[in-house]
Amino acid sequence: MSERIPNLAALEAWRASLQAAHDANRKAIAICAGTGCKAYGSDKLAEAFRKGVAERGLDVDVRATGCHGFCERGPLVVIYPSMIFYQEVGRKNLAKDVAEILDQTVAAAPGAEQIVPRLQYKTPAGEAVVHERDVPFYKHQNRLILSFNGKIDPESLADYVRNGGYRALGKALGSMTPEQVLAEVEASGLRGRGGAGFPTGRKWRFTRTADAPRVDGRPMKYVVCNADEGDPGAFMDRSVLEGNPHGVLEGLLLGAYAIGAREGYVYVRNEYPLAVQRLTKAIADARAAGLLGDDILGTGFAFDLHVTRGAGAFVCGEETALIGSVEGNKGQPRFRPPYPAVSGLWGCPTNINNVETWVNVPLIVDRGAAWFAGIGTAGSKGTKIFSLVGKVNHTGLVEVPMGASLRHIVEHIGGGIKDGRAFKAVQTGGPSGGCLPESMLDLEVDFDTLTAAGSMMGSGGMIVMDDRTCMVDVARYFIDFLIQESCGKCTPCRDGLIQMGHLMHDLVEGRGTHATLDRLEALAPVVRDASLCALGQTAPNPVLSTLKYFRHEYLAHIDDKQCPAGVCKALITYRITDRCTGCTICAVQCPEKVITGEKKALHLIDEARCTRCGVCHSVCTFDAIDILPGR
Amino acid sequence: MSALQATPVDLAPLAPILQRYPADRRSLVMVLQDVQAAFHYLPREALLTVADHLQVPRSHVYHVATFYKHFSLTPRGAHTCTVCMGTACHVRGAGQLVEHLERRTGVKAGDTTPDGQLTVETVNCVGACALGPVVIVDGEYVGSATARKVDRALKPILGGDGKEGEE
Repeated sequence: MSERIPNLAALEAWRASLQAAHDANRKAIAICAGTGCKAYGSDKLAEAFRKGVAERGLDVDVRATGCHGFCERGPLVVIYPSMIFYQEVGRKNLAKDVAEILDQTVAAAPGAEQIVPRLQYKTPAGEAVVHERDVPFYKHQNRLILSFNGKIDPESLADYVRNGGYRALGKALGSMTPEQVLAEVEASGLRGRGGAGFPTGRKWRFTRTADAPRVDGRPMKYVVCNADEGDPGAFMDRSVLEGNPHGVLEGLLLGAYAIGAREGYVYVRNEYPLAVQRLTKAIADARAAGLLGDDILGTGFAFDLHVTRGAGAFVCGEETALIGSVEGNKGQPRFRPPYPAVSGLWGCPTNINNVETWVNVPLIVDRGAAWFAGIGTAGSKGTKIFSLVGKVNHTGLVEVPMGASLRHIVEHIGGGIKDGRAFKAVQTGGPSGGCLPESMLDLEVDFDTLTAAGSMMGSGGMIVMDDRTCMVDVARYFIDFLIQESCGKCTPCRDGLIQMGHLMHDLVEGRGTHATLDRLEALAPVVRDASLCALGQTAPNPVLSTLKYFRHEYLAHIDDKQCPAGVCKALITYRITDRCTGCTICAVQCPEKVITGEKKALHLIDEARCTRCGVCHSVCTFDAIDILPGR
Repeated sequence: MSALQATPVDLAPLAPILQRYPADRRSLVMVLQDVQAAFHYLPREALLTVADHLQVPRSHVYHVATFYKHFSLTPRGAHTCTVCMGTACHVRGAGQLVEHLERRTGVKAGDTTPDGQLTVETVNCVGACALGPVVIVDGEYVGSATARKVDRALKPILGGDGKEGEE
C-alpha cells in the first residue's frame, strides 16, 4: 500500500488482507542482511538465490531480513516453512552452496527436504542440527524483540503490519487516553536500556507534566531516540534499527502520544550507515501511509520524525550532549537540573530514550503491562539484548529475560570459550562498566546486581575474555579510549584521565611500582566524584573493578615484570619451540629480520632485537612459537 | 591554522548539499557530514560558505568542525582503510593489525600516504563486534581480519607482489 491509511479500521482491514494473502506454508528463503552477514557477502548470496530460483522456475520467495544475531556463523539462511537452518552459506563456494540448497532442500515438498550436511550447524559434540529453533545459540534465548528481525523484511511496511505492526498504535489512538498509555508503561516496570536503568514511565511523566513553551500557538515537546550506541563491543541498537525500524518508530509514536510531543528526532551514529538508510526509508514509508505527519490514522494526532546523524563523539550518548549536537553545536554535557524533561531541545521539554527502550513500548501497549512485568526480576522487567562477543565460541546478539545468569549466557548460549581455553572475565557496561571474574558467573544479571558487583548493565555489551587477555591491558585500553572521548569540559575527567593513562602505561610497559597502584587508587575517586557527567563519573570503573578482582595480575606486572596473559609487549618473550618444522615463513615475514634458521631446521629468534610485534606467532601454522611471560 | 590555508578547491558539490537542509544552525552537523563525504575533508572555502549560508559565526563552524572525530580539516586519501578498535576487536588482536598496516603503508594511523591514495585510520567501534577484528576498506567489511586478508583487500589500492593474496 502506498496510499494514506485513512483511519483505524482501514489499518486493520489492510492487515487482515495482508494476512489472508499470506500463505504460512509458502516456501521462502530468508537470508540475513545484517551488517555481519553482509560483511560475509550475503548481498551476493541473495542475488545468487534469486537468480537460481528464477532459472529453476521455483515458486519461492527470496527475502533479505534483519540481523538473525548469530553473526559469527554468517551468512545465515533459513528455509521456510520448515525453518531449516544453514550457516556460513557461500563463504567458500557460493555457486555450489546455492545450487545444492535449491535442488535438495527448496525444490522438495515440505517435510521431504534433503539436508545439505556441509552447511549444517554442528554442536561442539558434533551433532548436526536441522532446525533453527534447535540450535543451542537460539534455543536458550527468549527473543521477544529480536524475533522480528528474522521474520520481517526491514524495508517493507506491509511486512511489519502483517506481523502485528502498528496494532499497538491503533489500540492507543483508538481506545486509550495518553494518560492510560503512560500508566501502562509505568505499570510495566520498563527501565531505560541505555545504561542507567531509569524507570521509563517516570521519565515520561516528568516530560508530560512539564510546562512547555508555545510554538505556533501550541505547546512544544519533543521525543528523542538515542541511537548513538557508543559503547565499544555493543551493537544491539544497530541490529534493532537495521532489522526492525518500524518497531522503533511505533515506540516513538506511542511515547509522543503519551507525553504530548509533536516532533521527534532519532540521533544515529554515523558509523551505522545501513541503520540510517533503513530508518530513513521507514520514516518515508510511514509518512506516505499517514502513520507520521498530521492527522495520523484520521485521529487528529500529529507527530513527525527526523533523523540526525552523529559525527563520531562518544560523549554524545549523554543526553545533554546529544541535545547540543542535534541543535548544531558541539556535544558537551551541561549541568542537570534542569533535566531535559523540563528543558531539552531548544528549551522545550524533551524525553530521550534509547533504541531498545523504544522498541519495547509497542509490545507493552499491545500485550499489556502485566504480561511484560511477568518477565524478569523484581527490579528489572522484560528481556535484555546483549552483544555477546570476544573470546566465546558463539558470538552474536543474545536476548534473555532479565535475571539470566552470566553462566547461562556465556556457556549455554555462547557455547563456552573459544579454542577450549580458560574463562577469565566478562566485561559489561562498556567503558563505564567493569570486568567480572569466574566467581561471579552465577550472578543473575539485571540492572541492580551488576551495579552491586562493581560493573553496570550499560547498553548491553558483554565481552568475554580468556586466559590470553591481560586485564591490566584491558583497563589501559578503556582509559585510553576515555582520554580520547572526554569532551574536555571538566578538569578531573580531562586531566585526571590523562594522568591515569600515564600510570596505566607505566604498568603495561613495565615501569610500574606499588606507588603506581597507590596513585591510581587515590586519583580514581577524584575523577569519579568531581566530574559533571556519567562519562567521567564512571571512567575509573574499568580500573577499579580489575584492581578488585584481578589485583594479582597487576602485581605480576610490578613485582615479577611479567604479563601472565602474554599481551604486554614489554613483559613477554617470543620463543620458537621444537615444534618448528623449519618452514621459514616466520623468518620471511618478520619485519625486523631477527629470525634465523635453515630450511627444515629449527629457527631462532634474536630475543634482544625482537620488538614482540607478534607477526611470527600469527603466521606460524605449526603453533611452534610460544609467548612466555617475562623478559 | 595551516590546515585552513587556501588551496584551490572546486566547490561545485557544495550547492546541492546546502539545498538539502534548512538554512539554520541546526543543520550544521549534517551539512558538515555531507561536505566531508563529498570532499573527503572539510575544505576551508567550503566552511566559509557553510557559515554564511547557515548564518552562524565562522568561529562556531570551526568549533564544531574540530570537536567531532569524523571531521578532518586536512585532505584525506582517495581510499580509506579503517581498523575498528572496539573492545571485542581489541581482545582479538586489532592492535597488531594497526601495526601491520602502519608497516605496510609507511604511515601512522590517522595519516595519509604521500601519494594521497590511502588514509589509514582507527575507529572506536563499528558495531560488527561478532566478526572482530574488523577492518573496513572503502566501506567493505573484512571480518575476522588477519594481516593477509587486509593485504588482499588493499591490493587494488596499494598494488603488491601478489603474494599477499595467497590464503
